[in-house]
Amino acid sequence: MNRLSAASAVALIASLSAAQAQTEIQWWHAMGGELGAKLEEITKGFNDAQDEYTVVPSYKGTYPETMTAAIAAFRAQQQPAIVQVFEVGTGTMMAAKGAIVPVHQLMGEQGASFDPASYLPAVVGYYTDTEGNMLSLPFNSSTPIVYYNKTMFEKAGLDPNTPPKTWAELEEFSAKIKESGAGSCGFTTQWISWIQTENLSAWHNQPIGTEQNGFGGTAARLSLNGPVQVKHWENLKRMADEGVFKYGGPVGGDNAAPMFYSQECAMYMASSASRAGVIANAKDFEVGYGMLPFYDDVEGAPQNSIIGGASLWVLSGRPDEEYAGVAKFFEYLSTPEVQADWASFSGYLPITQAAMDQMGSFYSENPGADTGIKQITLNEPTENSKGLRFGNYVQIRGIIDEEFEQLLSGSKDAQGALDSVVERGNALLEEFQAQNQ
Amino acid sequence: MKRTIFRNQLLPWLLLAPQLAITFIFFLWPAAQAIRQSFLRQDAFGISTQFVGLSNFKALWNSPEYLNSLQVTAVFAVLVTVLSMGFSLLLAVAVDRTIRSSSLYTTLLVWPYAVAPAVAGILWWFIFNPTIGIMPYVLDVVGYDWNHISSKTDALALVVIASAWKQISYNFLFFVAGLQSIPASLREAAAIDGAGPVRRFFDITLPLLSPTTFFLLVVNIVYAMFDTFAVIDATTEGGPAQATNILVYKVYFDGFVGQNMGSSAAQSVVLMGIVILLTVIQFRYVEKKVAY
Repeated sequence: MNRLSAASAVALIASLSAAQAQTEIQWWHAMGGELGAKLEEITKGFNDAQDEYTVVPSYKGTYPETMTAAIAAFRAQQQPAIVQVFEVGTGTMMAAKGAIVPVHQLMGEQGASFDPASYLPAVVGYYTDTEGNMLSLPFNSSTPIVYYNKTMFEKAGLDPNTPPKTWAELEEFSAKIKESGAGSCGFTTQWISWIQTENLSAWHNQPIGTEQNGFGGTAARLSLNGPVQVKHWENLKRMADEGVFKYGGPVGGDNAAPMFYSQECAMYMASSASRAGVIANAKDFEVGYGMLPFYDDVEGAPQNSIIGGASLWVLSGRPDEEYAGVAKFFEYLSTPEVQADWASFSGYLPITQAAMDQMGSFYSENPGADTGIKQITLNEPTENSKGLRFGNYVQIRGIIDEEFEQLLSGSKDAQGALDSVVERGNALLEEFQAQNQ
Repeated sequence: MKRTIFRNQLLPWLLLAPQLAITFIFFLWPAAQAIRQSFLRQDAFGISTQFVGLSNFKALWNSPEYLNSLQVTAVFAVLVTVLSMGFSLLLAVAVDRTIRSSSLYTTLLVWPYAVAPAVAGILWWFIFNPTIGIMPYVLDVVGYDWNHISSKTDALALVVIASAWKQISYNFLFFVAGLQSIPASLREAAAIDGAGPVRRFFDITLPLLSPTTFFLLVVNIVYAMFDTFAVIDATTEGGPAQATNILVYKVYFDGFVGQNMGSSAAQSVVLMGIVILLTVIQFRYVEKKVAY
């Protein structure tokens, strides 16, 4: 009896120490659905490959929800080691010097192999400080593209292999789709802010804000009420009134995708990373891909589109052994194999040159899947098309949605709505500048 | 009134302690925190903090969004209260007149109360969803293009309906109880005097029901102002263009989504003031006119 209990005690101690040896690393992310499942598969690959660390991914909702959950957790000292923050949260995260461990510093301290030069320039620029140091690890980057319903195009007598190039063409195609009865609406879109305002500006080489769209510092102010943006919002309002365009709701536009899947709308502007979801849901029709349309009377258009998506930030205040694991995990995530697998599955852009090279055969087998990468590398980025970096930008995006809704409801015209975006947004930027002095 | 004398001075405090502890932890302490925070300016992570005096409050009064939110809240609270109380009174009177199976109706009508506000919100969101909902389809037949995603009136109508529906059961139950406590002899006497059913309702039933009505008025206004957060979060998220952004939702949005703690705290202090004011007005002026 004694021997038995002694043996079981030994076994218990052994199992306890085995459990203790595994350091758990919390990773909060915003990838739902098919992307979330893939993310867990990738994490499992890391966990199975070694037995020192276990990365535990937790889905925390939308991008804004994940970011605010992490900030709230930090204030309560319950923060995860890794949090996925979308690109517009970069300004806020970057300013929070005491709350984050910059990735270049982490990788250096932990002696991990890390070469910032191996990342694609269009992506890296978004997540570095002014000295070129990478602050967060680019994980998933995407850019908006046009998805269209080839079956509906055929029904309307359009060439199913020719997506619209310009906004004029897009409107013409939409009219044909409505007239022929192939669908009741021409197009819908995700993100009024990201796609129809920020990317529209970059795509036409128009500034979004001063100080190189905010890269120059917190003194930056918005300037997105220029003639091109005003003209575009005016057009969207007119097309909404004519029923050519259907609004999919604020933030990411949750109601846009169902309108495309149910074949109500023939075209859908969405993140290149929505590809997995679109293919899974396009059961009764064939999907085509095209670049964002542009106004051909604007000089310099099309320029290049800007990225969205997210990067992984490391939060401070966790035990040391977790950071060693985080560095190992980041090494694993950056490998060309993982990146290529993730990018070909999801439609996210490969973020390193090596991963892009590995994907050559994938792109040739899947025509249209490289639309995003072509669009983002179309031209050398200018000050207006590198990206944007503003504080309180999650809220400013909310303001863009609200003012767009004011425009749709007819209580403001396009100029008035965009002027209000600038005025209200600048109040938040002033507040942010004051908070982070 | 009966007075209980405690011999031991400690015992009454001991008996009160659990309630006092709850009041302190869940009411007084957070309220004090909110007041403190409302004078501060802080970055999102709480790393740098400055004392800014009343500037958070000044910013509110200069903000058209905040004034809009005040107005939306007032309209919303009145509509929800009138709609849910009116409708449940109608149902209660109908059930009161039913002799058979009134308990069955009562049971069935109480069911919606068991539905959580978020679930009620989702339910109505589905019914009114412009793409997949049944109501826009029906409304389309009569020529109304329902779209609560872009139309402010539709959005407000949606949250009012969802919130009022949720509260009907509760009001109904109290109205039924109130109606049953009115002696039938009074109404019979009025009937003998030649008063019709409508006259009897307004001259006899309604005045005698006023204690219940007053109680429900308080409960419903408080409900509309504070408990409808989940309905709004699940359906419109305060949109479109702030058309359904009631004060409580704005506190949440500015604080938890926008990470502007100072302004959010200032707003909750204002909200606290409104509640205090409302309670004082109701109990001092309205209560006097109610025939208890």
